[in-house]
Amino acid sequence: MYAIGIDIGSSCAKTAVTGGNGTVLWLDQMPTGWSSLEAAEEIRRRLLAAGYDPEEAPCVATGYGRVVVPYAKKAVTEITCHAKGAQKLFGLSDLDVIDIGGQDTKVICVRGGSVRDFLMNDKCSAGTGRFLEVMANTLGMDSPSLIELSGRGGNTSISSMCTVFAESEVISLIGKGERKENIAYAVVRSIAKKIASQASRLNADGARTVLTGGLCEADELRRALGEELGKDIESCKEARYAGAIGAALLAEKL
Amino acid sequence: MSFELPGQFAQFGEARKNGFLRVKKIKEDGGKVAGTFCTFTPQEILDAAGISPVSLCGMSEETIPAAEAHLPKNMCPLIKSSYGFAVSNKCPYTYFSDIIVGETTCDGKKKMYELLGRMKDVYLLHLPQGDREHALEQWTEEVRRFRGFLEDRFGEAISDEAIRKAARLRNQERACRRRLLELQKSDPPASTGYAIYKALEGAGFYFDVNEVCKELTRLADSLEADYAAGKRPAAPGAKRILVTGCPIGGVLEKTVKAIEEAGGVVVCFENCTGIKAMLDDVDADAPDIVAAVAEKYLKIGCAVMTPDKRRMDLLRKLVPEYKVDGVVEIDLQACTAYAVESYTVRGLMEELDVPYMAIETDYSASDSGQLATRLEAFLEML
Ligand code: SF4
Ligand code: SF4
Repeated sequence: MYAIGIDIGSSCAKTAVTGGNGTVLWLDQMPTGWSSLEAAEEIRRRLLAAGYDPEEAPCVATGYGRVVVPYAKKAVTEITCHAKGAQKLFGLSDLDVIDIGGQDTKVICVRGGSVRDFLMNDKCSAGTGRFLEVMANTLGMDSPSLIELSGRGGNTSISSMCTVFAESEVISLIGKGERKENIAYAVVRSIAKKIASQASRLNADGARTVLTGGLCEADELRRALGEELGKDIESCKEARYAGAIGAALLAEKL
Repeated sequence: MSFELPGQFAQFGEARKNGFLRVKKIKEDGGKVAGTFCTFTPQEILDAAGISPVSLCGMSEETIPAAEAHLPKNMCPLIKSSYGFAVSNKCPYTYFSDIIVGETTCDGKKKMYELLGRMKDVYLLHLPQGDREHALEQWTEEVRRFRGFLEDRFGEAISDEAIRKAARLRNQERACRRRLLELQKSDPPASTGYAIYKALEGAGFYFDVNEVCKELTRLADSLEADYAAGKRPAAPGAKRILVTGCPIGGVLEKTVKAIEEAGGVVVCFENCTGIKAMLDDVDADAPDIVAAVAEKYLKIGCAVMTPDKRRMDLLRKLVPEYKVDGVVEIDLQACTAYAVESYTVRGLMEELDVPYMAIETDYSASDSGQLATRLEAFLEML
């Protein structure tokens, strides 16, 4: 028997199938597109093509599109799912999870296998994937290239956390002829600072910290975050699927 | 006597028109209306002067743009909304009020009252800021001064006897409100928190306190009878939530409603409109009735006080009393007093070993999805 977890985020939809005993059998991702409902249908097709029937197997949906997955037996928030998935991926029951999502960033504090506390940004987009995207756009590139480029920059900073003001700061830096890699550095530092300040509000008792979500492989961001927080941030390439894997693990218990 | 309706009356929707006509009628029948903004307002003094206090706290974002013509953007939505209703003549109570009564609570409100004073008759009571030995004496003097002001302003003496009578009636009202709130102590609770809050809020717009008591009693009776008959309005196993923080009338749907839609139930409201101002009564037979009134109000805990020991003491008492599973603090954006104090509340909850979450929000709908996720995740965590 297998179980299915679906994580429909604002920009990317992830699917995980686990083998009933927690082993991951299949992982998949695709852009969410403009409609979560259509994304859910597309996921159904892909699952069927891979030999998994979401009507047959227990299925849990998470992410901001969690309520529009018609074949899911249950909707669970991404906080609970990321916590679950990250524990599995890193084999830890005490850890802090930082998930940088498209619209929101969460810091989840897991102790003894359950969520003890979490923080999520308020309505502004500072410190989220959206912030990076806007800045990358202004620089004429995409978020992963901006983060990569930042590794070669330094010595510049932007002071505003607010996306709108930060964007004008970036534009004025461009106007002043600042080098692109330095601007990229400033952007990545700014987001790392914002997230670190969020994360430090939760009790730091020396537990390990992991990065999940779509930017899990952005090494420069991970490094910047680690420097701001004063500790190593771990990740792995499956960490983008943490929410979906967590959902599948919860589905196994349905 | 005739009272003019605002110039743009014709453009108002049906409900608003009715509101205006209702208050106009009250005025034509000789009634007087005092607009208030805070649970610290000594209602008994107004009652005794024959003036009906009614809350002017703005609860909709509709009038915020109008307010922002004078007020800064980065300000508590309650203050902006209230002020906006006044400048745009959209609230019948503000419009027809004979007097507006404010207190020196938070900085935002204090300074807003100054601007409001340019278009309305505003009286400001100076509220002590904390627990100095002379705080009660000072506040009693303020309430006495207020009484004198009303006597001069409306040309009629306010007798001690009238204040005592008002105190007895308000004590009754407080007892009715307490009874409704305390119904939630049962496990499972007797009602949704949303329904209780709506009833308590609505009761503030009746002018006849006897009527308020009757309505609240009727509701409590029927909830009790339903409960005895086996009705359980909250989802089975719903987590019991205590709500604390700023006034929440303007954000009820995306907070309290969202908690209850996600499978929780609000069993206790510590904040304004909730229990904090209802716990203490006025000693109507005290030798100095004005001092007795003042004393009752000074017992209210609020983040505008420093230190705010009363709020912490009350929270400490309420958590076990209502068998609370989790505490949600709802703060309004740019409310410094509550935002800072939330750190203290978090510490208290850690000590009591009760999960705690603070959210900050305003009157717009833009964060309702995100809030729902956060509240849902909080409930999953419990
Ligand atoms: S929160 Fe405090 S200052 Fe504001 S209305 Fe309530 S009691 Fe008054
Ligand atoms: S919510 Fe805070 S800022 Fe707003 S009026 Fe009340 S005390 Fe003042």
